[in-house]
Amino acid sequence: MSFEYAPAPESRTVVSIKAKYGHFIGGKFVAGNKHFPTINPATEEVLSQIALAGKAEVDAAVKAARKAYTTTWSKMSGRERGKYLFRIARIMQERSREFAVLETLDNGKPIRESRDTDIPLAAAHFFYHAGWADKLEYAGLGTVTKAHGVAGQIIPWNFPLLMLAWKVAPALAAGNTVVLKPAESTSLTALLFAEVCQQAELPAGVVNIVTGDGSTGALIVNHPGIDKIAFTGSTEVGKLIARAVAPTSKSVTLELGGKAANIVFEDAAIDEAVEGIVNGIFFNQGHVCCAGSRLLLQENIAEEVLEKLKVRMAKIRVGDPMDKNTDLGAINSKEQLNKITELTATGDSEGAQRWSAPCELPGKGFWFAPTIFIGVTQTHRIAREEIFGPVLSVLTFRTPQEAIDKANNTPFGLSAGIWSDKGSKILWASSQLRAGVIWANTFNKFDPTSPFGGYKESGWGREGGRHGLSAYLKGASHE
Amino acid sequence: MSNRIDVKKTYKLYINGVFPRTESGRTYEVKNAKGDFIANPCLASRKDLKDAVVAARAAQPGWNKATAYNKGQILYRIAEMLEGRSAQFVDEICAVTGVTKTAAVKEVNESVDRLVWYAGWSDKISSLTGALNPVAGPYYNFTIPESMGVIAAIAPESPSLLGLIDAISPIIVGGNTVVVLASNKAPLSAMSFAEVLATSDVPAGVINILTGKKEEIAPWMASHMDIDGFDISGLNKKMHTDIKVAGAENLKRIYSFKAAEPGRILAFLENKTVWHPIGI
Amino acid sequence: MKFFGLVDGSDSSLRKFLASLPAVDQVGADSRAAMLATRSIKASSKRWAIDTAIRMVDLTTLEGADTRGKVEALCTKAVRPDPTNPDVPSVGAVCVYNDMVGIARTHLDLIGGQHVGVAAVSTAFPSGRASMSVKIQDTQDAIDAGASEIDMVIDRGAFLSGNYIDVFNEIVAIREICGDKAHLKVIFETGELVTYDNVRKASFLAMAAGAHFIKTSTGKVAPAATAPVVLVMLEAVRDFYAMTQVRIGVKPAGGIRTTKDAIKQLVLVNETAGPDWLTPSLFRIGASALLNDLLMQRMKMDDGYYASPQYVTID
Repeated sequence: MSFEYAPAPESRTVVSIKAKYGHFIGGKFVAGNKHFPTINPATEEVLSQIALAGKAEVDAAVKAARKAYTTTWSKMSGRERGKYLFRIARIMQERSREFAVLETLDNGKPIRESRDTDIPLAAAHFFYHAGWADKLEYAGLGTVTKAHGVAGQIIPWNFPLLMLAWKVAPALAAGNTVVLKPAESTSLTALLFAEVCQQAELPAGVVNIVTGDGSTGALIVNHPGIDKIAFTGSTEVGKLIARAVAPTSKSVTLELGGKAANIVFEDAAIDEAVEGIVNGIFFNQGHVCCAGSRLLLQENIAEEVLEKLKVRMAKIRVGDPMDKNTDLGAINSKEQLNKITELTATGDSEGAQRWSAPCELPGKGFWFAPTIFIGVTQTHRIAREEIFGPVLSVLTFRTPQEAIDKANNTPFGLSAGIWSDKGSKILWASSQLRAGVIWANTFNKFDPTSPFGGYKESGWGREGGRHGLSAYLKGASHE
Repeated sequence: MSNRIDVKKTYKLYINGVFPRTESGRTYEVKNAKGDFIANPCLASRKDLKDAVVAARAAQPGWNKATAYNKGQILYRIAEMLEGRSAQFVDEICAVTGVTKTAAVKEVNESVDRLVWYAGWSDKISSLTGALNPVAGPYYNFTIPESMGVIAAIAPESPSLLGLIDAISPIIVGGNTVVVLASNKAPLSAMSFAEVLATSDVPAGVINILTGKKEEIAPWMASHMDIDGFDISGLNKKMHTDIKVAGAENLKRIYSFKAAEPGRILAFLENKTVWHPIGI
Repeated sequence: MKFFGLVDGSDSSLRKFLASLPAVDQVGADSRAAMLATRSIKASSKRWAIDTAIRMVDLTTLEGADTRGKVEALCTKAVRPDPTNPDVPSVGAVCVYNDMVGIARTHLDLIGGQHVGVAAVSTAFPSGRASMSVKIQDTQDAIDAGASEIDMVIDRGAFLSGNYIDVFNEIVAIREICGDKAHLKVIFETGELVTYDNVRKASFLAMAAGAHFIKTSTGKVAPAATAPVVLVMLEAVRDFYAMTQVRIGVKPAGGIRTTKDAIKQLVLVNETAGPDWLTPSLFRIGASALLNDLLMQRMKMDDGYYASPQYVTID
């Protein structure tokens, strides 16, 4: 007998999912009008019915947010506001298991990641920003400490609760009230967060959560009662938002797509680089805007690295996201799986060589084996377009400058990776790369104190750290 | 009175460190406050803009690489050169705008002083706005402001010289290169300022100055895919929406400003965050 | 081919070989080891892991106060770890000082433990500070007394001062004495080498010199067999196999006291060097207290409730 790991499933009894949800407006849950199902992408089981917010609901949420801003939140001292954020952080920590299980059921990501990354980081974001609330006058060069007012926030499905925390925590710390819309396929943890707001006795209307699809998002973006828009999602939608708010005075931050280069130089610590490559593209099924989806290998080590990468990829445990030993979970939706399938087909037809890790995929649900394409060049579609799945395009380079030129040869500029054991080369490369986040000898690390955001078509502004906070203060959106 | 005939200056564009005529051959008439003819400056074309952007893009890596100390010295050098030729600028401003000599002297002096003020920012902006971020793990993590690339700017109609300097200086002090459209009614001091630049150690292509119509050039700037940011302070508010819609195609950073402030510098800088493990 | 064709035995070729090894990033190695430590091993896989771990134990006593009585008791325990349950396998070997080798071998043979090896610590264990002739004699004595495994220490002073060739030559010399009579395990004392770069260098140096096993520690210096150190050594044996088609064993020793620790080691083996290494001929765990914890966990799995130390023998 060999060392086969027996299933180690996390118990789902810790969560109770209602058959149907409404919206969270003005501190109360209000019944929805129309509903749509939300499913567990690992099993296709319908988890619940989510309400689709229309004009009336969005109006009500904005109204509640405005009222809370005018009557309560803008009048409260930063010190008191901060204490609410600390409360929220603590309650999230207390209920972290519940959040993790719910996130995994709704999103399909491995419980190991929701338990060890998403939820702890989400709580950390509230903890970090809580401390800012009474220190805004120190938050930047000539910072205006006034909030925008009502912030409309639209978040994606890849890190549902974490993206909520990235948006809500700085908005509240800076003194804004919010209307937040979670992604269509992953609303459950946001609705659980609404309960946390209630437990924290957050004044009614400071946080409002409306669920729905793109049409609900458009209602938020175009709502005249909203002063600030924060969006994380595709570059395509980001551009629509930029156009939509052009006639208004709304302040906007956008966290959009990426096609990050992960550059491995000949002098890299190879084993750690291989780990970094794996973490860079297979973390969260590759549903990461900053994923290291273009691997640039120095040609003289390419073969060695690819051999090691394949061996390592064969160890990736794909399957039941609720199993504590699962490394790669389910693709979030059928739609996303189709997109990945379609884009990878162009990799085949354009002549790149596909290699997938040998693994058994479950019969139900949406799955995609960890895959690399070798022999990719800059002109392949899979080297240019964001696949947003567990698919890595492998390119090679001969000199450091060539690596930089290839890395920068994209309209995106969110993140990049550098692997080298030579300090001066790392600093040189990190200054040459046109991207907002550079991971040198590491990848996909996140922290509330660390600003995150892109150059070029990867977005406007930063989230996290002092720089991210300033996006929620008037007159400082460019910092 | 002498019978000598003046030698008049032909006002051209300033692109890549040289003074070409517009390739379109188009000019327009600039008159003084009394309505007398003064000059025929260029009506820059879309291709002139393209050439200017190509020059600005080519110059950007080198300018970005110059040390902050060096950039500060070059901005200060511009101030020195302007100071030395201030009489010419006073005359031009008086002639074109009809303001009093006192007012013109004030504008030129402020322009010199503004350049000096921006020069000093070059080696301070990253210490004041950068950060060492205390992440929860064994990583060294810092954020630094970095140049954005090629920035376009529309200078305000007036003050024509000070407004131009307020458009150019904050953009270039952080390592960007600029393509700026000068005041339409009073473009002469802008083109004379280009002569100052040409003798101020500013590398070719770092600052490019066009003259012409805002209504024509601003939309071209907004839709140009190789322009990263756009200062529309000098543009009529009515045009802002269309400019922002066009600029969304490559998600240009588009801002307008009311005053000289550090925020003008920061607006066209990107923040880069770098992570590295700490270990042995 | 001598030294697997990796080096020619000269100082310069050894330096060149060691310099060609890629660096290890400490934080990256730590985080990979930490991630593998989150693997949850349950039910049948846990049962298998416990028995495998028992068979991998080098049951150790290395004290100045060791006596015949102590060593014989250890041997008895090694052969039949749980006297109430004959299903429990014997451990891999007992590990003793060289003057106890004869006692251990004789006693093991007497009680039906012919299949249990005797490992002798050697070359002026634990410090390694003695002349070469003493180290050679030390090893020869142990083999003459019946040791089937030699756990030698390297000269850390030589290694840290850059005299890699001296370390290499010592290993070559001791391996020669071992001949086909004894397996050679080379102890690095990773707590004194400190960096993972050094651990990787020492691993390749020892493997090229002919070690059958590479071993983390003497048990006298902390930190000893930390998960990332074992990870780096497992990566080394995996890469060495890719270069030479020869499988070298790994022996963590020191600090592995609980079943949980041991299972984490097996997970490291499984996911780094691979399942081929999950055998006592390629992976051993130097320990003393660990065995009883494995036995208690085994009882718990059989009985369904937690065991008490009263039901396992102390030695």
